[in-house]
Amino acid sequence: MSNSAKKGDWVQIHQIVLTPGERTGKIPEETKKVPLELWVKGFIQSDAAVGDTVEVVTVTGRAVSGSLAAVNPAYAYGFGDEYVPELLRIGSQARSILEEGGEQ
Amino acid sequence: MSDNSYAAVMARNSRIIKGASGIDYSLYESGGMAFDYERMMGDTGYSLADISKIQREVGVGNTPLLELRNLNALLRKIAPQGKGARIFIKDEQCNPSGSFKDRRASMSAYQARKLGYKGIAAATSGNYGAAVASQAAMRGLKCIIVQECYDSRKVGQPEILEKQRKCECLGAEVIQLSVGPELFYTFLRVLEETGYFNASLYSTFGIAGVETLGFEIAQQCKDLLGRTPDYVVATQAGGGNLTGTARGLIKAGAVNTKVYGASVDLAGLHMASDRDFNRKSFTTGHTGFGVPYATDPDHSDVPRSAARTLRYMDEYVLVKQGEVFYMTEVLAQLEGMERGPAGNTSLAAAFALAQTLPADNIVVVQETEYTGAGKHPLPQLAFARENGIEVRFGDPETEVAGTSIILPEHPSLMRARYFDMNKLRKSYIRNAVRHAGASRATEQDVVFLAAETKATKAFVVDALRELGVEAALT
Repeated sequence: MSNSAKKGDWVQIHQIVLTPGERTGKIPEETKKVPLELWVKGFIQSDAAVGDTVEVVTVTGRAVSGSLAAVNPAYAYGFGDEYVPELLRIGSQARSILEEGGEQ
Repeated sequence: MSDNSYAAVMARNSRIIKGASGIDYSLYESGGMAFDYERMMGDTGYSLADISKIQREVGVGNTPLLELRNLNALLRKIAPQGKGARIFIKDEQCNPSGSFKDRRASMSAYQARKLGYKGIAAATSGNYGAAVASQAAMRGLKCIIVQECYDSRKVGQPEILEKQRKCECLGAEVIQLSVGPELFYTFLRVLEETGYFNASLYSTFGIAGVETLGFEIAQQCKDLLGRTPDYVVATQAGGGNLTGTARGLIKAGAVNTKVYGASVDLAGLHMASDRDFNRKSFTTGHTGFGVPYATDPDHSDVPRSAARTLRYMDEYVLVKQGEVFYMTEVLAQLEGMERGPAGNTSLAAAFALAQTLPADNIVVVQETEYTGAGKHPLPQLAFARENGIEVRFGDPETEVAGTSIILPEHPSLMRARYFDMNKLRKSYIRNAVRHAGASRATEQDVVFLAAETKATKAFVVDALRELGVEAALT
């Protein structure tokens, strides 16, 4: 992923919405210790490097500023980094109960 | 320039919400604990037939009701002699964005368009975001979805990340936040800045939109089986799914159908905890929403929620995470229906319940949801393992939320765990007293609380007395 963006690139920016001291009192300690953070995507309005404070225009036309977090951010999730072999047993057990009429 | 501090924005809450819904909720208040729920619902101005027509315009509803023949055969192999009710499933993934949430979103989008709003916004990490984005696209509205997504390491549940992708691919702007209830503050700022319609999950329009689901179930059962179902099982989170479905069943004349709520048991995990956030595998349909929304419905993003679970729920059944993943796999392998795990919460409950019911009973599971990358047992269980959760076979009864996910060693280990309904009812009454600051209750309050909790007036009076509140009955 590129560490710099050209004006008009599709990027993700980051903001601190509330610092730990500004957070509501009604939350667990571990949450109170960290800030409330925000990420949003849009078209960057100037050339910049990751970490720079920039302005973007989102797809709804809002102008939002924040620090540049990523350029052309990808959707990186999938079906897991490692297969879960336990799932193989479920279908075969269910079918064998059905077919043989017996229990495993 | 307005003051956008947390305190200042929260203080403008009622004004912002009123401007973003076109509803004056004060019209329905009595001044005491009671409010006029039916009048509020009636004021949407849409009949069930109107709603059905609006939904058909955008491809929502009229989804198939399917008998799960192989799963039912499995059920009868393991159920006691004479037991093993027939399970049918309403395949709600056939809606445009892949879940029943399109029914809810369709009415908000229609209303927003009718009232001249330029866009709609919703606060949701779930399927509802995709539904709002999809309906907004169809109605030519701009759309912003605000989701709770990451912990403080910027690690997000694959299921929520998938919802971000889907919303963005449907043309919406997605604002992602780290864990915390102050999401509502950000959401209010978005509403204020944009002037968009609040497509609240809890609005009258949203809940009225779900009524078609219950109505269709009753009609389809009459067509297929010549009668209405004995049980309908609905996943319980914020309560709109269950409320809307139950209201639709009643409107179709299915007044004897029992409506059961089902949630994943996440006891012990704190919903606002940065640490617990990624230690759960279900982001909705769990007790962390199901219990507080049943017992305190008016803590949502509207002054009076249209989703009022306890009015309609006959029993509340808890299932374990491992049981839901297990049933998701069984549904795929035996029925050829690959569906999302969260939507199968009610199926897991129904499978356990049906083992205890007579073989001639009909149980309807009222939803499925789409599946795919991120939203599937594979990524969700892999993610759980990465986060230190033990995943193994065993007795699901021993599962501890946040520590283990226990897949049933055998399907006969699936269990329906009944939550104490009277405990829920009393908790609801305690919250109603607290919100109104009530020291005494009028006849109107008692009648209201009885309707709200599906209980007798005597039960309400006793519960009030335990709280030190005397009821003045005429």
